[in-house]
Amino acid sequence: MSHSADFRNTTKPNWCPGCGHYALQNTLQQAAANLGLKPHELAVVSGIGCSGRISGYIYAYGFHSIHGRALPVAQGLKMANRDLNVIACGGDGDGFAIGMGHTIHGIKRNMNITYIVLDNHVYGLTKGQTSPRSDKGFKTKSTPQGSTETPISALELALASGATFVAQSFSQNTNELTALIEQGVLHKGFSFINMLSPCVTFNKINTYEWYKNHITSLQNIEGYNTSNRLQAMQTIMDYEGLVTGLIYQNKEKPSYQEAIDLKKQPLAHANLNLGEETLRTLMSEFM
Amino acid sequence: MNQNMSEVSWKVGGQQGEGIESSGEIIATSLNRLGYYLYGYRHFSSRIKGGHTNYNIRISVTPTGTIASNLDILIAFDQETIDINAHELQEHGIIIADAQCKPTLKNTTGPEIYSVPLTEIAASFGSKLMKNIVSLGVSAELLGANLEIFTSVIKSMFAKKSKEVINNNLHAFHAGAQFLRDHASHLTHKYSLIPVRPTPRMYMLGNEAIALGAIAAGSRFMAAYPITPASEIMEYMIKKIPALGGAVVQTEDEIAACTMAIGANYGGVRSFTATSGPGLSLMAEGIGLAGMAEIPLVVINTQRGGPSTGLPTKNEQSDVMAAIYNSHGEMPKVVMFPSTVEEAFYDTIEAFNIAEEYQCPVIILTDLQLSLGKQTVEPLHYEKIQIRRGSLVEDAVLPVLAKSEYFKRFKVTDSGVSPRVIPGTINGMHLITGLEHNEVGKPAEDFHNRIAQMDKRLRKIQAVPAKYNLPVYSNAPHVEADILIIGMGASRGAIEEVIPKLTADHITVNHAHIRLLCPFPVEQLRPLLLSARRIIVVEHNATGQLAQLIRMNMVEAGRMTNLLKYDGGIFHATSLYEKCKEVL
Repeated sequence: MSHSADFRNTTKPNWCPGCGHYALQNTLQQAAANLGLKPHELAVVSGIGCSGRISGYIYAYGFHSIHGRALPVAQGLKMANRDLNVIACGGDGDGFAIGMGHTIHGIKRNMNITYIVLDNHVYGLTKGQTSPRSDKGFKTKSTPQGSTETPISALELALASGATFVAQSFSQNTNELTALIEQGVLHKGFSFINMLSPCVTFNKINTYEWYKNHITSLQNIEGYNTSNRLQAMQTIMDYEGLVTGLIYQNKEKPSYQEAIDLKKQPLAHANLNLGEETLRTLMSEFM
Repeated sequence: MNQNMSEVSWKVGGQQGEGIESSGEIIATSLNRLGYYLYGYRHFSSRIKGGHTNYNIRISVTPTGTIASNLDILIAFDQETIDINAHELQEHGIIIADAQCKPTLKNTTGPEIYSVPLTEIAASFGSKLMKNIVSLGVSAELLGANLEIFTSVIKSMFAKKSKEVINNNLHAFHAGAQFLRDHASHLTHKYSLIPVRPTPRMYMLGNEAIALGAIAAGSRFMAAYPITPASEIMEYMIKKIPALGGAVVQTEDEIAACTMAIGANYGGVRSFTATSGPGLSLMAEGIGLAGMAEIPLVVINTQRGGPSTGLPTKNEQSDVMAAIYNSHGEMPKVVMFPSTVEEAFYDTIEAFNIAEEYQCPVIILTDLQLSLGKQTVEPLHYEKIQIRRGSLVEDAVLPVLAKSEYFKRFKVTDSGVSPRVIPGTINGMHLITGLEHNEVGKPAEDFHNRIAQMDKRLRKIQAVPAKYNLPVYSNAPHVEADILIIGMGASRGAIEEVIPKLTADHITVNHAHIRLLCPFPVEQLRPLLLSARRIIVVEHNATGQLAQLIRMNMVEAGRMTNLLKYDGGIFHATSLYEKCKEVL
């Protein structure tokens, strides 16, 4: 039996009191326990920003990488050890600005990892600038007149990129979030989870109250079918991306590891010796 | 006529897409099997079809490290090839030109030009495209080489084609040889080589040697983005690695290539990436992460002309400083620069060992000549392949961690190297961060910790030059030489040919070739610097980066003369000799 306490360490997060990110710390620990994982079987890879600190707040293997690059690091780790449960986390700046290319290609590649975006619509650690997810008109230090750009639609983007698992939740929906993380980890392929996480210090618009008034649970939408990609796209557009729950899942598409027929034994445990005979064969091809 | 030459220099030229490379490959493979030493170098442009291209092969009875300064045989498929290359021919040289291009030579003296209806003969066997094969028959006859070897190589090259295609090519080949015998008996066997004993040796690219070295080192994962002149490394890995149970990911960009290789190394599989200048620039931040987080990482940087997109298909050695300093801040890093194809194989294996032993990024530099030059290599020795993983520890020996306690992955030690565990290891949990961190990897800004961790990281690589296999290759027979020539990379072949020329002029020469650029092998170079009255540093760049590096590291440097080449070409022995004489 695993307990969420197994995944706690003694570090006090440097997040502001009331930050939406605490929810991920708690739900990730609970999901790992529910999945029966041991701390050494879990690796959390994160980017940079307030969200990036998450890898240091879970008792497991934690890798706080560089801005926007959590996904390639996490994919490399998964290639090295397919037995490891790899969860990549980052902010909306990581995922939709500096690391946008990796998000799309990570989704396209469909490695068997989970990617959780802590989406607070603002740059917090640099003390309040606009983010790729900031609403139009959102005033920040870098957009004193209000943002003139249309925010990236995270869910549409994921679906359009060919995601095999797309979900969204909200910091206060802890049960839903825990369940989605579990489902994401169990999904055979790349699972994309966007977590709407209020920034209590720099985002006075998208507050807990605001989300509660604006989000719709997919469970309340009659006849919603999580395997219907077209309906998923239509629903995201109809609700301007403010839905929560499992939005889309494709269980048929093989993960990258399966598609390339990667051997079952983790590469990290492979024998490094080439063998004299193999070297001789390879050399003969140059003769 | 039988001249029994010890060396012949052959070149084929035409438009890209005319089978220039396959002609070169067939002649080289045939002569390799006959036991000759070869050096092959291609001239090409950044386009797929069209544009002048040529393949230069030096054929010798003794080992050779670069192309020859002059040509004996030029096979020209068009007038442009003659216009561009004829000046390289020796007095006794010959141009075999396709009659179809109505070849002319501007100078009436000098090499002979001889027209052969290459295209016409090829067409008579079904396809004009086979003109390159017809020309090979002519070449084989000029060289007086065993035609059977050629036919067996042609058969194996076209093994995947239909029997008809193979037969047509064989007929085309023999028709070329027959044409020369029938119409130009004065040319048959004119350039025949001294016979040698067939000896199994390889003819391979520097890039292939690097990829084979990575495989021999136990690397089973590569992440890379295509770029000239590095792509052959990835392509070879993709061909060979699945059968060995590994994988190659072609990433979305070089940033992903570098950071994915970091993730995989962190995960415990020996991983690497290969790129060229523009890619190295993109990898800078990732390399810094590997330095800070003490993760092994091997990056191959095949240098081409810079800056920016520069000269993508031309030779240069201008990333020396970029390789050493490209990431911000100060970190442990090892930069090496092999100088022959054989060294590229063994040094790549060593790079993976060093990366794990010192837990830091290792950059292997090549230049375009080393990466894309093809050289004869003696069979590699399996027993010389060592795999050393440093202080990687297995879970069996790890003490049990108390609740929420972490493993001291960044423990401060005398050597600076800390015990390393890979994720998945029981009782090995630790944190990794690019932030300054304490012994378990938690972010820490305390200044005592900062100094302890910074010193530890920088301390650990200080041992590298003393332990490195031949950080400075030297050939220094003189206690007090007139000159010391210092070089790096593939210019070794040209320098080694210049030495006997200078010796014949009664100039005593010592030679030092720098194979380890960072940490700089000060102790190993010092006696050599002191062994000569004058120092000449040969570099393929415009600002003398190697000379700068020597000056930065060594007060003994004194006055050095830089011989620089940055026009995209390579120093030939003759041009380098003339440059040396100018400055002496």
